[in-house]
Amino acid sequence: MKGFILKEFLHILRDKRTMLILFGMPVVQVLLFGYAITNEIKNARIGILDQSNDYVTQAITQKILSSGYFLAEEIMHHPDEAEDAFRKGKIKQIIIFGPDFANMMTTSPPVSIQLLTDASDPNTANLLSNYTQAIVQDYVRQQQQQAPNLPVIQIESTMQYNPELKGVFMFVPGTITILLMLISAMMTSISIAREKELGTMEVLLVSPLKPYQIILGKVIPYVLLSFINALIILLLSATVFGMPMNGSLVLLLLQSMLFIFMALSLGIFISTLSDSQQTAMLLSMFALMLPTILLSGFIFPIENMPMPLQLLSNIMPSKWFIIIIKSIMLKGLGMMYIWKETLILLLMTVFFIGMSVKKFKVRLA
Amino acid sequence: MQTAEIRIEHLFKSYQNIVALNDINLEIRQGELFGFIGPDGAGKTTLFRILSSLMIPDKGKASMMGLDVVANYKEIRKKIGYMPGRFSLYQDLTVEENLRFFAGVHGASIEDNYHLIKDIYSQIEPFKDRPSGKLSGGMKQKLALSCALIHRPKVLLLDEPTTGVDAVSRQEFWAMLKKLREAGLTILVSTPYMDEASLCDRVALIQKGTIMDVATPDSMIAQFGFPLISVRSSKMNLLLDDLKSLAETKMAYRFGDAVHGIMELDNKKMLIEALLNKGHEKIECETITPTIEDCFLLLMQTKDE
Repeated sequence: MKGFILKEFLHILRDKRTMLILFGMPVVQVLLFGYAITNEIKNARIGILDQSNDYVTQAITQKILSSGYFLAEEIMHHPDEAEDAFRKGKIKQIIIFGPDFANMMTTSPPVSIQLLTDASDPNTANLLSNYTQAIVQDYVRQQQQQAPNLPVIQIESTMQYNPELKGVFMFVPGTITILLMLISAMMTSISIAREKELGTMEVLLVSPLKPYQIILGKVIPYVLLSFINALIILLLSATVFGMPMNGSLVLLLLQSMLFIFMALSLGIFISTLSDSQQTAMLLSMFALMLPTILLSGFIFPIENMPMPLQLLSNIMPSKWFIIIIKSIMLKGLGMMYIWKETLILLLMTVFFIGMSVKKFKVRLA
Repeated sequence: MQTAEIRIEHLFKSYQNIVALNDINLEIRQGELFGFIGPDGAGKTTLFRILSSLMIPDKGKASMMGLDVVANYKEIRKKIGYMPGRFSLYQDLTVEENLRFFAGVHGASIEDNYHLIKDIYSQIEPFKDRPSGKLSGGMKQKLALSCALIHRPKVLLLDEPTTGVDAVSRQEFWAMLKKLREAGLTILVSTPYMDEASLCDRVALIQKGTIMDVATPDSMIAQFGFPLISVRSSKMNLLLDDLKSLAETKMAYRFGDAVHGIMELDNKKMLIEALLNKGHEKIECETITPTIEDCFLLLMQTKDE
């Protein structure tokens, strides 16, 4: 067993390509994805806190909601509810009207609307804030045509969680996820497939090694390397991009371990299905990489996807892990808020391990 | 009578619609150096894989050391050394790392069992820090043999260990097998090279999934039963067809730079005359002792009829 792990390390360390992928990729990807990608907004869920509820605020609310960009998820009654709603992650933005809005507009102008936006996804946040401002401005312009001396409504926009709107804050979680997925799943699946392809699996099978020993021997080196990688990415994002670490680092690392195990078991599962490195590579590419990038909410917000894809995104492990990382790093939330996502990852891990043990062959084809 | 170390009874195996093994029956004694001789695709590898518990036969039974290859596969895997036909070591690991790994996998240590592999391993030891992928063919096989031996197996299964290896290394390899047999190991070797048959205690000639004959190489040659002649002439390109056309020729085929004829009658004079009539000159004709290859070809012909 010890010999097996040592051997596996030697394979990795001797192969320059593997090393490049393992340690060059994180740097390149973090830097590459560190630049924003523009997204479109549709039916963004928002909250409305209307403390005056008069004809002006109602008119503005109507105008915002009928634009097609927003959907009122929650009508609030007290400022304290705002923070809570954000933490639950149900809404992206809150529009707050102060008390006695219509009166204030005439008696003590200028009045202002407060705009709170969840900026852990900075592109969306920026767009949401801009759209809202444009709609309010449009309302004011229409009103001024009837009553030219109507005062301007000011907008105080505040970005929550990621006030500097750094795109990298959104991409770091995605990058960590993708890299862990890539290294853990693809590398293990390829390395097992390689044994099959080169015929060494034949010798391993004939030896008294038990299936679990072969699997663990394969997995352990990659757990370590993936973990080191996760640390590198975190360090890089903290030093180069100033990514905040609002939650517990220990919790984040534990969650990363869980995700790594999930990815490894997925990788082993793939390898039981493929006989050559090429098949393993293609399977990983199509079954893992593309969905991870496209469907996990890493680049394209899940809320904007058509319904079937939204449903499909639920079986993407990375979607849940991205939620977990964002919650911990940006919002500083604890286990209480992410137990559901954790449980999903745990179940997926169990599922893949079970499937691979069942599929592992103690004989040749 | 020694006990049968390996017993194979009515073994069948096919892949989709290709029959790889067709009713194989065989007993191999403890301490025997047993050769499976046959061309590529004869079913040698399939048989070795079934014996080493890597495959399940469609029908029939096989046991090694009294253990069934299907039911007791875990036990068997502890007691055999298997060397697949393809070079199956880690090419990116060095000679020594490979050996250490395979020793570790079996829970053995190089130091404890060094005496077993000393003769073989000492030849490649000067290159112990070289990646095994960069060794020559002969050295690769020596290393593979060392790795298959390091856990002190009782039975050694070597699937075409000398294929693609130069003549000198092949000789050395067989010399090692002889030594190992003297140490008491039961050794099964498969090879497509007919000339290696004489190096085994007993051989099985295998073709299209069936065993055509099992005997010691000497008795196999003794039982040939027909006069065999080797012919050369000035018109080699016509010689084969002309020889075949003679009534007393049972079978004729090219063999090296001559033509071999298996004759019904040992009458060289008549033969030379017949060939002279067909316009051949400088006819060299001699009766020779058959090789295993001649036996193989004759058996193949008989089977087809």
